[in-house]
Amino acid sequence: MEISQSEFLHLYYFLKLTRALEERVTTLYRQGRIVGGVYTSHGMEAISVGYASALQADDIIAPFHRDMGAFLVRGITPGEVLAQYLGKRTGPTKGKDGNVHMGDLKRGIIAFVSHLADNLPVATGVALAFKLRGESRIVAANTGDGGTSRGDFHEALNFASVRRLPVVFFCNNNQYAYSTPLHLQMAIKDVVERAKAYAIPGEIVDGNDVASVYLTAHRAFQRARDGGGPTFIECKTMRMHGHSEHDSAKYVPRELLEEWKKKDPILKAERRLKELGYAGQPEFQEIHMRVEKEIETALAFAEQSPLPEGPEALEGVFAANPVEVLI
Amino acid sequence: MTTSAITHEVTYLEAISQALDEEMSQDERVFLMGEDIGPYGGAFRVTEGFQDKYGEWRVLDTPLAESGIVGAAIGAAMMGMRPVVEMQFADFISCAFDQITEMAAKNHYRWGAEVPLVIRAPFGGGTHGGPFHSVCPEVWFFHTPGLKLVAPSTAYDAKGLLKAAIRDHNPVIYFEHKFLYRRVKEVLPAEDYIVPIGEAEIKRTGSEISVITYGAMVHVALEAAEALDQEGIDMEVVDLRTLSPLDTDTVKDSVRKTGKVIILHEDTKTGGIGGEIAAILAEECFNALDAPIMRIAAPDIPVPYSPPLEDFFLPKAHDVITAARQLAAY
Repeated sequence: MEISQSEFLHLYYFLKLTRALEERVTTLYRQGRIVGGVYTSHGMEAISVGYASALQADDIIAPFHRDMGAFLVRGITPGEVLAQYLGKRTGPTKGKDGNVHMGDLKRGIIAFVSHLADNLPVATGVALAFKLRGESRIVAANTGDGGTSRGDFHEALNFASVRRLPVVFFCNNNQYAYSTPLHLQMAIKDVVERAKAYAIPGEIVDGNDVASVYLTAHRAFQRARDGGGPTFIECKTMRMHGHSEHDSAKYVPRELLEEWKKKDPILKAERRLKELGYAGQPEFQEIHMRVEKEIETALAFAEQSPLPEGPEALEGVFAANPVEVLI
Repeated sequence: MTTSAITHEVTYLEAISQALDEEMSQDERVFLMGEDIGPYGGAFRVTEGFQDKYGEWRVLDTPLAESGIVGAAIGAAMMGMRPVVEMQFADFISCAFDQITEMAAKNHYRWGAEVPLVIRAPFGGGTHGGPFHSVCPEVWFFHTPGLKLVAPSTAYDAKGLLKAAIRDHNPVIYFEHKFLYRRVKEVLPAEDYIVPIGEAEIKRTGSEISVITYGAMVHVALEAAEALDQEGIDMEVVDLRTLSPLDTDTVKDSVRKTGKVIILHEDTKTGGIGGEIAAILAEECFNALDAPIMRIAAPDIPVPYSPPLEDFFLPKAHDVITAARQLAAY
């Protein structure tokens, strides 16, 4: 399968939107306007943009904190993201939770919790529901290299494989879990080796090449949809910022960052778009301006949004009525 | 319906099976997950024959992985299913702690996603199960906002609370007491019924001392109440039935009536639910109290295996009787 011009431009737009949004979030953090932690996907945007774009409208994602692109592709607006970061009532959690901890079943997004890999068993359960009901929907779940050390990662892959559930697991291998480098996280060379233990087909993809991620995800999703069961896709990338924005990441060798800077997913996409004759500098500039404008509008929305009142903290511990689920 | 069917006594365990069977047959969203629940019928045979009736997928045997099981049940629940997970023993729920407390309990609060999940947790001692097949782990979850906890003491409540739990929109941990499985039984209504979550019940009306308890200890309290009746001490037994949210009104009303209270539980004493109830009564019923609040609970040790040790561990009717005599002297 070759990628079409419109597909590629869609991917490029979301790469740019994700980058611009998270850069703005980082700026706001440095200005002291965001009180909590900021976790970006800077330099890793191709993974979440790529896999989320390969899904169908009624599929589900179970993302993690390097997946801003997936939130945006699924329809969370930059305004909602900024409202979430600023603790506003208009954010997806109405101020109850921060940063990328957001979800919306109507848009097919399971909210992430800080405990890495917790989302993976949950994703298998989403897939189980689809299988029980005979639906052809699938679920895409992502975690980091560190997350694959958790028992929940292994319990999820094992169960998904035993029952051939329609779930595709991604691993954003950005080589560091906070400050812990890969070689202290696992004794294997490639994370994908973990999939073998569960008889799950595994693939390695260049996580900075958005078209590769998109096409690989697309194949795995089709396989899952056709009853072929789970796939594990290791996306090789590099975390270009600290674990969060307070972390200067001095433990990462500078030369490693310099090397990966040349592999930046946006630069890579632009080179490829030019090679394919799909777009050039004028189109890139046009998209850039469009994205910048969207971020300005989004920030205005977020800033004008009200903060919640203190006693709203008491609301919503229990569900009283059924909510609408994307079925 | 024949007369024999109406008068047939149903055990606590059969009541649980009936609730599952009835909810599964009337709601196709309801399905079961757990270890060895399929052809084997579960460690306690609660789901015996279920797979023949409902098939392999609605009575789903899982790998031995409690966190993975509960996580998957949460995912299915968010998609509109009604999973009922069987922990083989409540003790093993510790392996699923993170999914229960971080994912299931906080989902609705954080982003409005319902998790209509039931976790059946066979708990409690008296069956010589030792430190890993006897615990009462309810207080770990009692301290977690977003979870509902129920612990029936009779076959009627076992059936009605399980049906209510399955129909609830929130995660419910259903603590079923293993000691009661085949020891308590009664005739159940032929028609569909539920026992609402959040409502305690006075299991024995009395005027002088209130015993606040739940689970197997309800029967210990009732045994003590009968013995004390011979001595002219009239004891009331309040069965909490739901541990979270607590029916504090029923508890407070009883204590305001009697003025004396014993809080009884099988779980170990320190940090147990009894401490919370004592605090509520001290805060809100101080003027009604004629005597110190008394707690009877297991000592702060793991549940031991050997019969004399386990026997020593578990609260008994004579403990309640002794405490009641002390209170009666005030």
